[in-house]
Amino acid sequence: MFFSQTLTAVKSVFRIFDMAINKNSTGYTFTFSIIMVVIVGLALAFTSLNLKPLQKKNAADKQMIDILGAIQVSTTRENAKTDFPTFVIERVSLDSEGNVVKSMSGGINTNDVSDPFNLDVKKDYRSKKPASELNFPLYICEKDGDKIYVIPVVGSGLWGPIWGYIAIASDMHTIYGAKFDHKTETPGLGAEIKEDFFTEKFKGKTLNEVAPFFKVLKGGSSTDIHSVDGITGGTITSKGVEEMVNRTLAIYLRYFDKQTNSNAK
Amino acid sequence: MSTENSIASPKRESLFSKKNKKLLKDPLGDANPITIQVLGICSALAITVQLQQAVIMSLSVLFVMIGGNVIVSMLRNLIPDRIRIIVQLVIIASLVIIVDEVLKAYLPDVSEKLSVFVGLIITNCIIMGRLEAFALANKPGPSVLDAIGNGLGYAWILLAVSVVREIFGSGAISMPGMGQVKFLPEEWFISAGGFYENNNLMILPPMALVVVGVIIWIQRSRNKSLIES
Repeated sequence: MFFSQTLTAVKSVFRIFDMAINKNSTGYTFTFSIIMVVIVGLALAFTSLNLKPLQKKNAADKQMIDILGAIQVSTTRENAKTDFPTFVIERVSLDSEGNVVKSMSGGINTNDVSDPFNLDVKKDYRSKKPASELNFPLYICEKDGDKIYVIPVVGSGLWGPIWGYIAIASDMHTIYGAKFDHKTETPGLGAEIKEDFFTEKFKGKTLNEVAPFFKVLKGGSSTDIHSVDGITGGTITSKGVEEMVNRTLAIYLRYFDKQTNSNAK
Repeated sequence: MSTENSIASPKRESLFSKKNKKLLKDPLGDANPITIQVLGICSALAITVQLQQAVIMSLSVLFVMIGGNVIVSMLRNLIPDRIRIIVQLVIIASLVIIVDEVLKAYLPDVSEKLSVFVGLIITNCIIMGRLEAFALANKPGPSVLDAIGNGLGYAWILLAVSVVREIFGSGAISMPGMGQVKFLPEEWFISAGGFYENNNLMILPPMALVVVGVIIWIQRSRNKSLIES
């Protein structure tokens, strides 16, 4: 009853309003658009603010799943938070010379900006800043008693960004595993980089001593231990994978060199 | 006072009058947005690889459609004629963004699979078409029914196509929240020494077009009046 009364009242207001104003005038059109934009803006801002914490948590969970995926530990969204600290014993951020800037361990706090886990490598890549101004996260994992280093990589495919993780075994030059993903690569061609058949090929391959450290070659021509076959029909995406792996490894290899040197002393 | 009376007095139409039933029923069959009007084909081809995605997509479109129809219908006397298309676009776009944000927050895995297609709801011609053709000239009540009718008309085609494609393409059926259920025994497959193989062609978009085509064929052979001369 109350509802229908309110409705009637609102309707009559609209009616009076309707008669009083010329709806085809430019002034009315402008006023209408301005009010509309303000209301829509408020509504969207409100939704975004309210859902942000949940979305952030989902993105963090996904990141943990992907990092664990690179060392062949499969987990679910529910278990990611507990599984992650058990395998990832240390996470460090490096500067472009390979020096450790910050080291952390234990659980993740997504609000702590100094946590290497929260370094946004995709954003850094987009910003096109020189490497010397950036920090690089590295995840040091322990699985079956061995140390594994997980390196996040970001680059460009044919249509949009591609990214992933490369896991390097404790000898610091054998690839333990890899995981790639993409935003908008062609389904059936470039998009195949996220499939297991492609990432499987990286396992057991080693990095070259000099650049290029690793090659993604034309299908069928990979013969040596420092390269894999690319995806037929996905040449530009395959080249993108090669580029991002080499560019990123150049920085992390400085860290590995420092580690080996200090161990040797 | 007199204005108020003139609005309140007309006899209320029953929710299930013949006219309202027609609004609901027509888009399911003889005025189906996909098979008869051939609108929204793009998403019908792209999102029908798995039933699960089709269900979520249908629900999202239904939500945007009902929301858009109600809002436009309520504002129909206020929207300036000259910018009505832009106004409709803004309304649809903001509803779509809300759907996208909600999916990202509560159904992250589904949101990842639908990826760009949620954003493409904005360009789904069915929604725009209904706003322009119906909501702009009718009261909110009938507009809701029209939106539900067209939303379901879109949904059942999507579901039918995705069921066919998933069964023959992946040998499975997936529902939101239940994951993918493979119902064929593992040993039937050639890879395990059996006789059966999934039809990979079914997973590719062209087969969606063929399946939609078969539905159109069946529909027109049953109702000859739909065939254009």
